[in-house]
Amino acid sequence: MSDDLARLQADTEAALAAATDPRALDAVRVATLGKSGALTALLKALGGVPPEERKERGAAVNRLKATLEAAIEARRASLDAAALEARLAAERMDVSLPARPFPPAGPDAGAIHPIARTIEELTAIFGTMGFAVAEGPDIEGDWYNFSALNIPDHHPARQDHDTFYVPAGPDGRRPVLRTHTSPVQIRTMLAQEPPIRVIVPGRTYRADHDATHSPMFHQVEGLLIDKGITLGHLKGCLIDFLRAFFDIRDLPVRFRSSYFPFTEPSMEVDIGWNRKTGELGKGGDWLEILGSGMVHPKVLANCGIDPREFQGFAFGMGIERITMLKHGIPDLRPFYDSDVRWLKHYGTSPLSPASLAEGV
Amino acid sequence: MKFSLSWLKRHLETDATLEQISTTLSAIGLEVEGIEDRGAALAPFRIAHVIEAVQHPDADKLRVCQVDIADGTIRTIVCGAPNARTGMKTVLGLPGAVVPANGMVLKVGKIRGVESQGMMCSSRELGLGDEHDGIIDLPADAPVGQPYASWAGLDDPVIEISVTPNRGDALSVRGVARDLAAAGLGTLKPFAPAPVQAAYPSPLAWSVDDLAGCPWVLGRAVRGVKNGPSPKWLQDKLVSIGLRPINALVDVTNWFTYDLGRPLHVFDVAKVKGDTLVIRRGREGESYLALNGKEISVTRDDLVIADDGGVESLAGIMGGEHSGSDLGTTEVFIECALFDPVQIALSGRRHELRSDARQRFERGVDQALPPAALEAATALIIELCGGEASEITAAGAEPQWQRTAHLRFERIAGLGGSSITPDEAVEGLERLGFSVASRDEAGVTVNVPSWRNDVAGGQGGLAQSPELAPERAAKAAEGCAAIEPECDLLEEVLRLRGLDAVPPVSLPVPSPVPQSSLTARQTRTSLARRVLAARGMLDCVSFGFLDDKTAALFGDTPASLRLENPIAADLNQMRPTPLASIALAAARNIARGYPDVALAEIGGAYRDITPAGQLTVAAGLRTGFTPRHWSEPARAVDAMDAKGDALAVLASLGVPTAALSVAAEAPGFYHPGRSGVIKQGPKTVLATFGELHPTLRGQLDLPGPAVAFEVFLDLVADPKKRKKAVPDLPAFQPLKRDFAFLVDATVPAENLVRAARGAERALITDVALFDRYAGERLPEGKVSLALEVTLQPRDASLTDAEIEAVGAKIVAAVTKATGATLRG
Repeated sequence: MSDDLARLQADTEAALAAATDPRALDAVRVATLGKSGALTALLKALGGVPPEERKERGAAVNRLKATLEAAIEARRASLDAAALEARLAAERMDVSLPARPFPPAGPDAGAIHPIARTIEELTAIFGTMGFAVAEGPDIEGDWYNFSALNIPDHHPARQDHDTFYVPAGPDGRRPVLRTHTSPVQIRTMLAQEPPIRVIVPGRTYRADHDATHSPMFHQVEGLLIDKGITLGHLKGCLIDFLRAFFDIRDLPVRFRSSYFPFTEPSMEVDIGWNRKTGELGKGGDWLEILGSGMVHPKVLANCGIDPREFQGFAFGMGIERITMLKHGIPDLRPFYDSDVRWLKHYGTSPLSPASLAEGV
Repeated sequence: MKFSLSWLKRHLETDATLEQISTTLSAIGLEVEGIEDRGAALAPFRIAHVIEAVQHPDADKLRVCQVDIADGTIRTIVCGAPNARTGMKTVLGLPGAVVPANGMVLKVGKIRGVESQGMMCSSRELGLGDEHDGIIDLPADAPVGQPYASWAGLDDPVIEISVTPNRGDALSVRGVARDLAAAGLGTLKPFAPAPVQAAYPSPLAWSVDDLAGCPWVLGRAVRGVKNGPSPKWLQDKLVSIGLRPINALVDVTNWFTYDLGRPLHVFDVAKVKGDTLVIRRGREGESYLALNGKEISVTRDDLVIADDGGVESLAGIMGGEHSGSDLGTTEVFIECALFDPVQIALSGRRHELRSDARQRFERGVDQALPPAALEAATALIIELCGGEASEITAAGAEPQWQRTAHLRFERIAGLGGSSITPDEAVEGLERLGFSVASRDEAGVTVNVPSWRNDVAGGQGGLAQSPELAPERAAKAAEGCAAIEPECDLLEEVLRLRGLDAVPPVSLPVPSPVPQSSLTARQTRTSLARRVLAARGMLDCVSFGFLDDKTAALFGDTPASLRLENPIAADLNQMRPTPLASIALAAARNIARGYPDVALAEIGGAYRDITPAGQLTVAAGLRTGFTPRHWSEPARAVDAMDAKGDALAVLASLGVPTAALSVAAEAPGFYHPGRSGVIKQGPKTVLATFGELHPTLRGQLDLPGPAVAFEVFLDLVADPKKRKKAVPDLPAFQPLKRDFAFLVDATVPAENLVRAARGAERALITDVALFDRYAGERLPEGKVSLALEVTLQPRDASLTDAEIEAVGAKIVAAVTKATGATLRG
């Protein structure tokens, strides 16, 4: 490097080191890279350099320019960091002081999410039928989510589930984000002896995203294991629930034969509505709302329950779906968007939690 | 699975209406997804004879026609079509009919003074094409008065059903017909193809290396065929269900796939190298060009069909281009095989190949059908393409599919809750193809038909929990083996009658007043949610995953919690805290013009994949300013708001908050000087709170003030269900004394309060910090903190001396603990 360039570099670096605030730093930048800065002058002077030296000299000046620009930026970053540190230190407050006695706003400003509300209502209604709430993890072993529920590896139903996977754990099996709340059936049957009556509201995940599917949604599972429980009880339980939940005492409910690997016989359940107006209870159209069936003997046996001794039923339904139907919410996506306007519009008051006494 | 009504009626003798068929299909488990019925819209349009067409007296371009539809009335129709002429046959719509193309309702009307009693239509008006140059011109022999749609073959509704994975047999028109017949909607027509005479030895032979993968395969050649387009009836049927006719030989295989659920493949004999087709496992490095145009590299786990030249098809999934039939084919070899469903499923998934054949083989096909299907296919090929058949060549053997299943009649009511009688149950099973092996008062044993792989097949085996005690597992397994076939039969019996026929019974409840359905632990989430909403926060629900970069701002993002197949790049990491989700939500709201938000979410925070590593966290975030109001100035939200939120949640869950302490040890996403953790005892961090770090706010587009908290609900101890102690209700008035201390600004105020409270426990019931002053009247680095102490006398009023003594104790205690001095 020519002497003049080396000198300019040394001078600039010294000036940078001496600059301890943004204004000083900016002065250095202007003096070097500004319109009449030292380096700018060198660039301008290149035109006067003899052609045979110009290329080499030009390259050297440009290298220096890059070096100095980087040095200035580095200095700026370190000054910024120091300034932030100083600011944070200056802003220190005593967080052990008592909190204020009142929040910035009260119950009229807050609201409970419609999904949480529906779960409260489900809990209240099924509670009267003797169901307790059970829970399980979102990240679930594939045995719980599939195999134990009579969905072996090769089963076509596994593909229908659009499963999310996380990397394999120590056992070499890839855990899944549970595709339904049904694995909690398994956890419950392993954890307690029959009779069992549980519902399982919770988050579920499927790799599907469009206007009517969300990659995360909520289901409520029901499981009843006892002696002498029949398909008639399943139908009665669901009809009683649906009519109470939608508060339509004569809501038409239709049962169709279907198939799920974990129940036999299986049935899908429709409610009567008007497809054009969305009004429930009349209109002559049918809307599929949930799946159900008598617990498959294999599922019982997988959990160590002798199906000759105990039998029962299970069902599962989408919480968003019944929430949308009940409240006439047209679109699924805003449920998860946390738009304050939507939350205030569809949210419910924290001062009136769901209770059968006050009406769900 | 799609089929047309006329196709169904090739197998089903029935008078049932489309409506009855549709309702029954849905009721018995073959859910109707849609019905395409062009005929319904065309029903009011009839074939008409134009007896006479004369020029309209008042219009150049109109004709007045006398039209007959063989109902005894000759109608006058005014028509503007250039081709309307005397003697033609066309299509007429009468008043009241709706024109399919535009929804117009036809009416009697006067056109230029002449009354017109209907409309003669163009193809476009009937929604049948673009032709609109004139009215439909039908051949002279078109039968006058008949509905046009039925004459033109347009009244064949197409029904689409969704077939559940257990019902491979219903992936065929015949299977659907059988179910409908069994449900009482007609009778199943017999299917017994006559054997086709063999004229020569088969030019190709089978060799099966893997009998587990392919237990039985038949083959037969037909020589002297002339391939070409298939006849209209076959093309119409295939087109009606959305298949493209290719040529007669290919169309025949597609026909049987749908008609009998029996996938077939035809090889062009001239293109097969050597004289043996081998069914074996794939070999390393082998590949073939599949019929979908893609080169497929097979693996050792795949079952392939190969000739001397290499792989010709992926068995049961997709044939190859190389040896397929084309218009030049003169000799074909028909393959009709059984494959192991599991292998087909795994192979198909491995290569992501979907095909009609795979769909059927992986669900299981009729195990006894191959000979009859082969005869039927041979006959149809000869009918369409001519030629003569070879002898049948086979390898493997018909599997031992025969098995029985037993049904105790008591279970119809005992599990099914149904009143179906034993006779009805047995009749239904017989109509489905089961035959009675033996029957007594208590039950029936039936032979399971070859096409019902789902009944008493014992597929899949058990997957019992390894945690079970061995005797318990064995007993449960034995019970399952004993009753599973019975459950299969019961399902058949119940579905044929329709589950709507089972009377609903309200659940017997264990007690008229139920126990609470939530455990004490579970109520914490709903309680926390209500407390936060009551403090003006909006309860949110967000996805449990977000982008890994945002997640990393809030905590660890281990690879073990990164999705292998995220649906979008910004939804790939299980979140370390719900706070991350609502911080993004707050930024979205601010961008919409709502800078002052209070959001809360109670949901999963993920540390690892174990159940214990999946925490339930109540998180909240406030941004911006408190509301402007005449009574109180607006102010920025601050760390004390967040602390208040966290403490309110903890208090509602029964945590004794007076015993909690605060330490400035909050995670890095908080402002280091304006945040803290709330601890119970020396170690347990129940909550974090504070201002968000300015750098983080910049990264998340949160321009204004933003404060947050997290409460770790799993760590809150279970509330104790014990009776409260008798309340302390002294007869003497409490009295209050104020103390102002000068103390180093670095000393936490909490320490003074705690010291004062502990100075004389018998007397001091409360200590409140009511003033904090820092300013130029004080020495550098010092603050003034003022405490209000409540003294509660119990046995007698306090004397001045006693009060003074307590005061001195308080000052001494505070000074000792904190170095503070009483301000004069």
